[in-house]
Amino acid sequence: MTSDTTEPLLSVKGLTISFGRGRYRNVVVKDLSYDLHPGETLAIVGESGSGKSVSSMALLGLLPPGAANVESGTASFDGQDLLQLSDEELRGIRGDRVTMIFQEPMTSLTPVLRIGQQLTEALIEHKGMSGSEAAARGREMLTLVGLDKVERRMRQFPHELSGGMRQRVMIAMAMASDPAILLADEPTTALDVTVQAQILDLMRDLKTKFGTSIILITHDMGVVAEMADRVVVMRKGVKIEEGPVESIFEVPQHDYTKALLAAVPRLGAHAAAAQPRTVVDDPARPGDRLLHTEGMSKTFRERGLFVAKSGGTAAMQDVGFDLATGETLALVGESGSGKSTTGRAVLRLLDLDEGVIEIGGTDMRKLSGTAVRKARREMQMIFQDPFASLNPRLSAGRLVAEPMVIHGLASGKELQDRTEQLFLRVGLEADHMRRFPHEFSGGQRQRLSIARALSVNPKLIVADEPTSALDVSVQAQVLELMLELQQSLGLAYLFISHDMAVVEEVAHRVAVMRRGRIVEIGPRQAVLNDPHHAYTRALLAAVPVPDPTRTRGTLPVLDIDQLPMGPLAEVAPQHMVAS
Amino acid sequence: MIHSSSTVELADDLAADYAPHKRSFWRALVASPSGLIGLVVVAVLILAALLAPVIAPYDPLRMAAGPRLQPPSLNHLMGTDDFGRDVISRIIYGARLTLQIGVIAVGISLTAGLLLGLVAGYSSGWTERILMRLVDVLFSFTEIVIALACLAIFGVGLTNAMIAIGIASIPFYARVTHSVVLVEKGKPYFEAAVAAGAGHMRLIFLHLLPNVVPTLIVIGTLGVSTAILAAAGLSFLGLGAQPPQPEWGFMLSSSRDLISRAPWMMIFPGLAIAITVLGFNLLGDGIREALDPRQKER
Repeated sequence: MTSDTTEPLLSVKGLTISFGRGRYRNVVVKDLSYDLHPGETLAIVGESGSGKSVSSMALLGLLPPGAANVESGTASFDGQDLLQLSDEELRGIRGDRVTMIFQEPMTSLTPVLRIGQQLTEALIEHKGMSGSEAAARGREMLTLVGLDKVERRMRQFPHELSGGMRQRVMIAMAMASDPAILLADEPTTALDVTVQAQILDLMRDLKTKFGTSIILITHDMGVVAEMADRVVVMRKGVKIEEGPVESIFEVPQHDYTKALLAAVPRLGAHAAAAQPRTVVDDPARPGDRLLHTEGMSKTFRERGLFVAKSGGTAAMQDVGFDLATGETLALVGESGSGKSTTGRAVLRLLDLDEGVIEIGGTDMRKLSGTAVRKARREMQMIFQDPFASLNPRLSAGRLVAEPMVIHGLASGKELQDRTEQLFLRVGLEADHMRRFPHEFSGGQRQRLSIARALSVNPKLIVADEPTSALDVSVQAQVLELMLELQQSLGLAYLFISHDMAVVEEVAHRVAVMRRGRIVEIGPRQAVLNDPHHAYTRALLAAVPVPDPTRTRGTLPVLDIDQLPMGPLAEVAPQHMVAS
Repeated sequence: MIHSSSTVELADDLAADYAPHKRSFWRALVASPSGLIGLVVVAVLILAALLAPVIAPYDPLRMAAGPRLQPPSLNHLMGTDDFGRDVISRIIYGARLTLQIGVIAVGISLTAGLLLGLVAGYSSGWTERILMRLVDVLFSFTEIVIALACLAIFGVGLTNAMIAIGIASIPFYARVTHSVVLVEKGKPYFEAAVAAGAGHMRLIFLHLLPNVVPTLIVIGTLGVSTAILAAAGLSFLGLGAQPPQPEWGFMLSSSRDLISRAPWMMIFPGLAIAITVLGFNLLGDGIREALDPRQKER
């Protein structure tokens, strides 16, 4: 589709955007230019703070008025300069010629209006259709985006649909007016990987059907490789590199692009190795059994006025596994699979209905409140969101020292010294100790969390999606640090993740969870290279490959209700699959 | 449950916490127009209360300081009342009572409400349910009704009125604290502290309290103005300040019969109340803006 001879559909030239004024002025996009050709998918990639979203929002006049200023630049589309149009004129283009889909399908549909109403609104407004025409078109679009029971869907409210279905509705809304340009801002980031794969397939499908040009804003190189014709790489508001997708991936020109691509975890890159890669000279290998769990079950019940209501959601059913010192067991699964619940249960952050949790031979469930607090010295947690998991009102030094203070391990000068050593250990500087969490970047904050967890010399660390909130280059560094710590200190990790490529990089063993049950567990190579359960196969097939020359296979069709969810049976040594 | 050593270290922790925030907080407060105006009004009020003997031209209680019911003049800037007392002197001395009312009433309700809310929000389960239902019951009466009931028990008088107003607004502060605690308890940093093995006292006083306090400072400041109004109301009804106390609300009520002959007797105390309430409201708004981290990061 890429061709320089055709007239570009949209041509952005010299776009500069800043936030704030006077001495608070902060340029977030600087002199950005690119062309979008008809029928082309242009991916704008970059990490957080690269200005990729801001530059696209500006085209539709969606920047917060007052705070953001478009300082210079033109965006010619249809013989008009989008940046010069009045609000009124832009509204005529928005939702008609140029439409948008957002990251959060949960919040980008109005919760109080029926799907049908939201779907037909723009059609009646922009296309002057009558109510029944618009409704017919709406039903047609819902069928096109692969929803069933269309009549009923039109009458439903957003909360009655799943995340993937909502994103399909969003796409139906965006495509219903047959737009020239579809602006997709991280359209699949909030979705589970199997749903993501379906949505990407759908977008590609619709693009060919309607001939729409797509501007795809994303941080995910896998999605880029799958979708894009051409790529613009941005960093700190500046375009670093631009080119056809193949050349960006194969012969990246700029060092930043190279570094970015090198940092992307690729599923299959570690398929040949039985152990995670060694990063220290004399690594600790998996040793004796540290953690033993079996039959863990938990049902969340709604609380009535006084007593718990019957029924409820089973978050965890009959989950059990062992974990040795120096070993990483990865719990993988999609949202609602119970993987985070399992992690919390192990730390006794929530109470089980039944089951056994033994750490070093002690049954955690039989311990009293005080004893549990003491036992927490042995096991620490790293949380997903480094922005929210650090108390904003404590200094970094105090946060890292807190577990030592709680367990009375050190005080005074010794406490200071040990805190300082921890800062250095995780790659922070000693004078960072006086700063507050908001003065750190996301990656630094996750280092703080790790230092905090390490401070009491734990044996087990539960890491709940420790890198999902981080940019890929930062993710690579944090994973490297975690590997290094494990191999030099013999830590056991219970590593909770949805990202199969990351799991492949760090795990010794993998447990796949679905709807509160483990459906497959075994050594990493066995589970990832030779998956036995249909759900594991589907998860692996759905992972986008960051390589434009390889196409992902078609998704296996899963009969959701027919998946075996029964007791585990051994298919190979240590490799168990639900039957 | 809590060892004495950890209580000491907790106190250290708490003391060390506030210093780094201070400068930027004051700068942000003064930078916002409402904060600045509120600060000035409240500062003037505090100065007037402290320096009353120096500023006030006459003894507020001295009768026949001038002719009775004299309109404002150079001798008596706000005129004189029906006993010949100087109105401006009475208003300046009245600032002392007004501040007392604000501080004592809000002090009582804030402390009790904060504790109730913290305990209820932190403990969850039966303790929470019982405490909060109790608060709900109190909430179902208007504050003034509870205050009247308290006065009926304690007896009439300004000090009792302050206590009564304080008690009457406990449910409000308890409710707000409770809801803020619930929000903070749901945040990952709280779970992180639990996971680190923190005990009850540390969780409540080091992790929850500092994150609840900013909200309470804001509503406490706004609460001062409500308390002043309530006290003025009670005094107006004759249940608060007693003659010859120079309390603004009481000055208003005693001017009631003379409104057509000596309107200055009503206008100036009324203005004093209005400006003070406005000042505290603006200050509360200013503090809220200054404490908002989004404002700071700009």
